[in-house]
Amino acid sequence: MKFQVDSSPHLAPVNDVGHVMRQVLLALLPGIAVATWYFGWGVLINLWLATLLAVAFEAGVLALRRRPIRPVIGDWSAVVTAWLLVLALPPLAPWWLLTIGVFFAIVVAKQLYGGLGYNPFNPAMIGYVVLLISFPAAMTNWVAPTTIADVHLGLLDSLRVTFTGALPAGIGWDAITTATPLDAVRSGLRQGETISEIQNSIAFGLLAGEGWEWMALAFAAGGLWMLRRGIIDWRTPTAVLGTLAALSAVFWLVDAEHYASPIQHLLGGGAMLGAFFIATDPVSGSTTPTGRLIFGAGVGLLTFVIRSWGGYPDAIAFAVLLMNMAAPTIDAYTRPRVYGEDSRP
Amino acid sequence: MSMKRLGRFHGGLHLDDHKAESTGEPIRTLPPGNRFVLPLHQHIGHDAEPVVQPGDRVGKGQLIAAPHGELSAAIHAPTSGVVTAIEDRPVPHPSGLPARCIVIDADGEDRWAEGLPAPVADYRRLDKPALVARIRDAGIVGLGGAAFPTDAKLRIDKNSIETLVVNGAECEPWISCDDMLMREQADEIVSGIAVLQHLLGPRETLIGIEDNKPAAIDAMRRALAAARLDDTEVVVIPTLYPSGGEKQLIKILTDKEVPSGGLPLHIGIICQSVGTVHAVHKAVIEGEPLIERVVTITGDGVRQPRNFRVRLGTLISEAVEAAGGYAPDVVELLMGGPMMGVALPSDELPLIKASNCVLASTPANLRRHHDAHPCIRCGECMKVCPAQLLPQQLFWYSRAKDYDKAEAHHLFDCIECGCCDYVCPSHIPLVQFYRHAKGEIRQLRREKEKADRARIRHQLREERLAREKAEREARLAAKKAALEKKKAARAAAGDNEDDPKKAAIAAALERARARKAELAKQKNEAS
Repeated sequence: MKFQVDSSPHLAPVNDVGHVMRQVLLALLPGIAVATWYFGWGVLINLWLATLLAVAFEAGVLALRRRPIRPVIGDWSAVVTAWLLVLALPPLAPWWLLTIGVFFAIVVAKQLYGGLGYNPFNPAMIGYVVLLISFPAAMTNWVAPTTIADVHLGLLDSLRVTFTGALPAGIGWDAITTATPLDAVRSGLRQGETISEIQNSIAFGLLAGEGWEWMALAFAAGGLWMLRRGIIDWRTPTAVLGTLAALSAVFWLVDAEHYASPIQHLLGGGAMLGAFFIATDPVSGSTTPTGRLIFGAGVGLLTFVIRSWGGYPDAIAFAVLLMNMAAPTIDAYTRPRVYGEDSRP
Repeated sequence: MSMKRLGRFHGGLHLDDHKAESTGEPIRTLPPGNRFVLPLHQHIGHDAEPVVQPGDRVGKGQLIAAPHGELSAAIHAPTSGVVTAIEDRPVPHPSGLPARCIVIDADGEDRWAEGLPAPVADYRRLDKPALVARIRDAGIVGLGGAAFPTDAKLRIDKNSIETLVVNGAECEPWISCDDMLMREQADEIVSGIAVLQHLLGPRETLIGIEDNKPAAIDAMRRALAAARLDDTEVVVIPTLYPSGGEKQLIKILTDKEVPSGGLPLHIGIICQSVGTVHAVHKAVIEGEPLIERVVTITGDGVRQPRNFRVRLGTLISEAVEAAGGYAPDVVELLMGGPMMGVALPSDELPLIKASNCVLASTPANLRRHHDAHPCIRCGECMKVCPAQLLPQQLFWYSRAKDYDKAEAHHLFDCIECGCCDYVCPSHIPLVQFYRHAKGEIRQLRREKEKADRARIRHQLREERLAREKAEREARLAAKKAALEKKKAARAAAGDNEDDPKKAAIAAALERARARKAELAKQKNEAS
C-alpha cells in the first residue's frame, strides 16, 4: 500500500495568523466602545471606511504583484493596521485624510516592502506620521468628548462631515473640537502656566483627560486580555509603560509644576494603545526576550523625551518608528543562552 | 524514597498523548512470517558486513552481518531459514533511497542456531571487556530511535561516570512500546540496569518516567525493590514533550546541561533507553542477540492499535495486518511518532532496530503544508524551543542561506523535535528548513575540507618546486664558480687558447664599423 510522504512534525498546527489577528481586533473592542461613547460616530465611520480602504489597497497591490489575494486578506493583518491607524487619528477625520493614511500604511509601508512579515516599520505608525507631518491642521481637529461638548453630531451629520467636510449650519469647528490633554499640557506650559493650572480645566476629567483616561484603561484591559491569552509578550508593554512611568515620576517628583505626572503620561494620551497594541507588533519590533525589554524601554524613553522637550504633544508613533530602526541590531546582540552553551564538564 | 528536586528544560509542549489507544491490551508476540528483510544499515555508523552468502542456511540468532569498524552493529538472523538475496531494497529511511539488505526466507522451524553464547548465571564474574564484547556481539543499539551502537557508549573509563540515566520518558504521543515493556518486563529491565551498573559503576542511577504512565512506574518500582539495587531510583517527571530527548531528560533529572556540541559523557552521564537496557539483559544474561523488539502499531488509521513483539526484518504490512488492518481513509504512515517520525511511502518495508512505532493516520490528524504564511516573528517558536534557540532567526538565516549566522545562532543544537513547527501560526515547515540548512552546511564543510586539502597540497607543491629551483640554481652557481676558478687558473698558467677567436671577433667588428662609416658618408653626399 502507498502513502503520502511529508516531513515531520506531522500534527496539524494549533495556531493561525488570522486567528491571532482577529483576537487583536477583539481586544481593541472595549477601547473602541469607549472611544465611540466619548468621541461620537466618527470613530465607527472611520473604522468602517479604513477597513474597506485597507482591504481594497491590499487586494489591489497583491493583484499588481500577481500574488494570491485570498490567503493574505484572510490573515486580517490589513484590518488590524487600519484599526490602529484610525484609533490614532482624530474622530471626524475627512475621508481623504484616511485614504492617504491607509495608502501609506498598506501600500507603501507594508506591501512595497514585501507584505506582512517583511515591513521594517509599523505600517499604521508610518501612515499616522505621514499624516501628522503633511496635514498638521487636520490632525489636530480633535473632537471634544461628548460629556463636555455643547454640540453632539448624529450619525448622518458625522457621515456628512467625514465625506464633505461640511458641518451642520451654525456650528463651527471650534464648537466641536478641543485640544487633546497632552496638547493642552504642552501649550499651557509654553504659555507659562503650571501643571496644576492647566489641569484645572474640565477637559482633564478625573485623572488625565475626560474620556481619554477611560479609553486608555479600556485599551489596557484589552491588552491584559491579550497577555492572558498569550497573544502578546509581557515584556514589551511592561518595558514601555514602566520606563515612561519611571522617567515621568522622577521629573514630576523634582518639579511637579512643570512636568506632567506619570498618570497623565500613562492615561492622557496614546501610551496604553501604543504599549499593548503598537509596540507589540512582532514584525517590526525586537524578537528576542531581552530585546523586547530593550525595545520597549526605548519606546518609553523616546516617548517621554519627545513629549517633554520635542515638537509634538504625543510621541508614541515616532518612538516606535525610531525603535523599529534599532530592532535588528538589538536582536543581534540579545540572543538568549542556548541549552548547554556555557555548560562545563 | 527521596523526593528529587527536578530540573526544568526551556519550552516544551503539552500534547494529547494518545497512549490509551495502544495500551489497553498486553504486548502480543507476532509469530515469525515467511520473509525477512534486514538492512545492513540499521544504526549510526558503518554498515555491517555480511558474513553469509545467498543460499546459506541460517539458524535463529545466527550472525549474518558483522560490525565493521568501531562504530557499527552486528545483525542476526531473526528466524531459521535460507538467505535468498543480498541486494538493494527499499528501507525505512528519510532519504527514501534503497539500501543493501539481507533477505531471509523462513523455513518455519524457528530453530535456534548452534554455538550461540551461553546464558550467564552471574554477570559479575565477567570482566568489563567481556561484557562489552557480549553486548557488541548481540548487535545492541539504542532502541529509543537513535540506534547508536550501545557498546560504543560503554567503552569508557569506569571512573568517569557520575549518573546512569535510564530513559523511560517516552514523551512522544501515540508511542507506548517502552510503557508496555516496563509494565510487563520490569524485572528484566532492572536486571539489565544491574549489568550496566556493574559495567559503569555510576554513583547513582535515575530512571525517568513521565507521570502519564502510572502502571509502568509501579511496575518499575516493585522490580527495583525486589532487586535491591543501591542508589537507583525511579524519578517521576511531568509529562511534557520532549522530556524524552536525551538532553532534556538529563536536564530534568540532574539539572545539568550537556555541553553544546558535546556528549552526556562529558558531564559524567550515560543515557540508555529502557528498551536498550532490556536488550542488554537479553544479551548478557540469556545469551540472546537482538532479533526482536516491541513495536507500537497505532494511530487513527489502524483498526486495533496495540503493541507487538516482532522479529526484526518483519514487513510493516504484516504487523499492521495483525493490528486489524487499516482504517479506510488512512493516508499517512510514519515510523516513529507524529512529532519526529519519518513518513514512509509504502508499508512493504521492514521493521528495524530503530522502529519503536508505526503510526497510521487519517487526514483528521494531519497538517497541510501548502498554506504557509510569511513569518511574523511572533516568537511562539522561541517560547517552546527546548534547546532555547531562536527558531524565527534560524528560519530567516536558513532561508537566506546565511549559514554563518545560522551556525552562530546554534543551528546544530536544534534537535528537530518539531515544537516550533507545531505552534507556528504561519504554518511554516521550520524543521524542514533547519534540516536542509544542516545538510547544506555539512556539504559545504566537506567541500571546504576538500578545498583545504587541495590548497595544502598545492602549497606543498609550490614549496617543493621553489626548493628544487633553489637547489638547481645553487648547483649551477657552484658549477659556474668552479668553471671560473678553472679558467682563472688556466689564465694564470698563460694558456691563450681563446685568442684566435677573440681576434676574429675584433676583426669582424672593425669591418662593420668601417662599413657603417662608409654608408653614412654616402648618405651625406647624396643629401
